Formats: sequence, C-alpha cells, structure tokens
Amino acid sequence: MRLSAKNIAIERGGRSILAGLSFEARAGAALILTGPNGAGKSTLLRAIAGFLPLAAGAFAFEGGAQEASIGEQAHYLGHADALKGALTAGENLAFWAGALGGDSSSGVWRGALARLGLAHVADFPVRALSAGQKRRVALARLLVAPRPIWLLDEPTSALDAAAQGLFAAIMRERLAAGGLIVAATHAPLGLEGAETLRLGASLGVAA
Amino acid sequence: MSGAARALFIREWRIARRIGGGASIGAVFFLILVTIMPFALGPDLNLLARIGPAILWIAALLATLLGLDRLFQADADDGSLDVLVNGSLPLELVVLVKCAAHWASSALPLVIVSPLFGLMLAMEARPLALVALSLVVGTPALTMIGAIGAALTVSLRRGGLLMAVLVLPLAIPVLIFGVSAASAASGGAAPFLTPFLMLCAISLGAIGLAPFAAAAALRHVRE
Repeated sequence: MRLSAKNIAIERGGRSILAGLSFEARAGAALILTGPNGAGKSTLLRAIAGFLPLAAGAFAFEGGAQEASIGEQAHYLGHADALKGALTAGENLAFWAGALGGDSSSGVWRGALARLGLAHVADFPVRALSAGQKRRVALARLLVAPRPIWLLDEPTSALDAAAQGLFAAIMRERLAAGGLIVAATHAPLGLEGAETLRLGASLGVAA
Repeated sequence: MSGAARALFIREWRIARRIGGGASIGAVFFLILVTIMPFALGPDLNLLARIGPAILWIAALLATLLGLDRLFQADADDGSLDVLVNGSLPLELVVLVKCAAHWASSALPLVIVSPLFGLMLAMEARPLALVALSLVVGTPALTMIGAIGAALTVSLRRGGLLMAVLVLPLAIPVLIFGVSAASAASGGAAPFLTPFLMLCAISLGAIGLAPFAAAAALRHVRE
C-alpha cells in the first residue's frame, strides 16, 4: 500500500495554503507532518480525507479498495473528539463501530477501551470524563473499525505520559501489521524510523 | 449498511431522549402555543373550535422547527460530521436516518398529544382525528424541508433564526393542504380527501428529494 501526493496545491478563501507539495507514504511506515502553527498540517490532513477541494494535483492510494475513496478507507482523527457527551463511552464506540463498517459487538469496543486503559469508564457518560480520557475514547475509535489509513491531527494532545506511551505502542503495532499512518504533531510520537515532512509557514516545501 | 443505519438511528434516538436532548421541549412548546391562543382570541368556543385545526397546525410547524437547527450543527461542532461523511453510509442516507430519528423523537410526540391539546380548543372528536391524521402525514414534510435549512446553516453560529426564515416560506404548501384537510370536518371549504392526498404527495416528495439537497448543502458548506 502506498499513499502518494503529486504537486498538491490548496487554496482557502483565495489564499494559497499549500503549493507544489509532493510526498509519499508507505504501508508500515509513519509520515509525520511538522511545521509551525498555520503551516497547513491540519489542512493537508483534511484534504487527504477528502474534506477540502484541491486547487491542483491529486492524491493516489495504491493497494486499497478500488471503488472507495481515500477518505472512506481512512480514519480521520481531528482536533474534535467526535463524541456525544450524553452517551456513554461504550455507546459512542459501539455507534462508530457500526457507522464505520466495523464490529459493534461489546467485546470489540470493551477490548479497545481496555487497550487504552479505560475499561473502568465504559459505562460513564462521556461528558463526565476528563479531556485526556475523552481523547483516549476518541483514539479507541481507531481500533473498533479496521481501516488501512490513519490520519491523525495532534493525536496525543491532552494525553498524559503513560497514555502517550500506550498510544505509541498501538501505532507501532498498527504499522507492523501493515497500516499507514499520517500524523500532524508538535510533540514526538515515539515512532522509530518515521519519515518527517516539514511544512513551512504559508509555503509547503517538502524536506 | 443497514447495521450502520440502525446504529445511527439508535444513537440519535438516545441523544434526543436523554437530558438536554430537546425532544420533549418541542411538545412543551406546542402545549404553550396552544394554551396562549385562547387568551389572545377570547373564550368564544365556536370560534376556537372553528380555527382549532389551524392553531394546532401552526403550533406543530413552529414546534417542529424548534429542534431542527441543531440537527447537523451538533455533529459539525463536535467533529462527528467529519467522521460520518467518510462512514459506510452515504451522506444522503445519513440525512434520511437522522431526519427519521428526529421525526420519531420530536414530531411523533406532537401528533400523539395533538388530540389532547385540541380538547382545550373545544374541538369535536372527528375534527380531532382529522388533525392528528393530517399531522401524521404532514410532519415528515416539515422535518425534511427543515433539514435542508439546517444543512445550509450548519456553519453559522446563530443559524437557527436564519433557518426559520429560509424554511417557513417553503413550508407554506404543507400548511395550506394540512389545514384544509384537518378542517374538513369543522366547516372547512374543501372535502377531506383531495388536500389529504396532496399532503401525502408533498411528504413523499420531500422524503425522496430533501436528503439529496441537504447532503449537497452539507458537502458544499463544509468546504
């Protein structure tokens, strides 16, 4: 599996955010997007997920399903956690498992929550959880439905050191199983051998 | 795919029924609108019975709009919409299922309590039944037309008012045929069946077309 971008340009409101950007991400390796605030890291992830139109260039994903778009084969984890405060952590995950084409039986989401050290809060309403716990429930969504690409925008924000280590282990496991991860981050994610793509402020230059 | 649709329906239903979900607020708002009418119009029972179907229909229209502005905005605010767009359900079906859940949790209770509230307007048994019947087939059209407005205003901070301005003119045909079907038994101008069938047609058309319009609006507005 290979995700590649050729001469990507993205404009927002008449202003050029990224231009002439090319990169390639392979299965089993993570691609880390870095750069100062406003460099276009989140914009690039949203464009890969298919939420933003491209002014020029194209993304290509080789080795995936033929009929599905890149977004439909990807988990997109943005700044928002996509959780409903009125529902319990388990209900949120069971819903996402069903909506994303995964297995919504309780064994799967309980396993995912346990993996992130949250087995004890499975039946709590999400609004009662702390910011870090909510983030961990959002990360558990990646585990309840199998998708080959993970697009992660600051995945470890609000996480404590232990949870960051836990999630690094999950990502390494995912990569070893042939997954493909593109992550935007400021903090090191603890992945060895990850390629880094540095985006400059207002000028996308592949390093 | 049916599993994903069921999961979405159950989620929407649960959110609406829990504290802060707003499903019961619609029924309470409906009750208040119907209650204040006699205070404004005076205690003339004949007048109230004659315009009762119109009062119930206007109250149902406004109460249906009340909860609709958050239909997509809540999901857009917390990031759920981003995930739903790339989920296993097409966005058109997401709209349809969300509308179905919204109708079942907030419009259906209005239909069920409408005969009870109609009693407060001195309406007879047969007009009450016709009002409930016309509301059952007419409220899906209100929900679906409202969904288009909710999708168009999804990115606006205070989109609720704009949504009402956009949607209310489009709801006029529903109101016309709904009230004329409902008032057939209480001195209305038209027989029951013709406006009732028109109302059915509007609802079916809205169910068939509005998901495409709302999904297109959601895709465009989010870019």
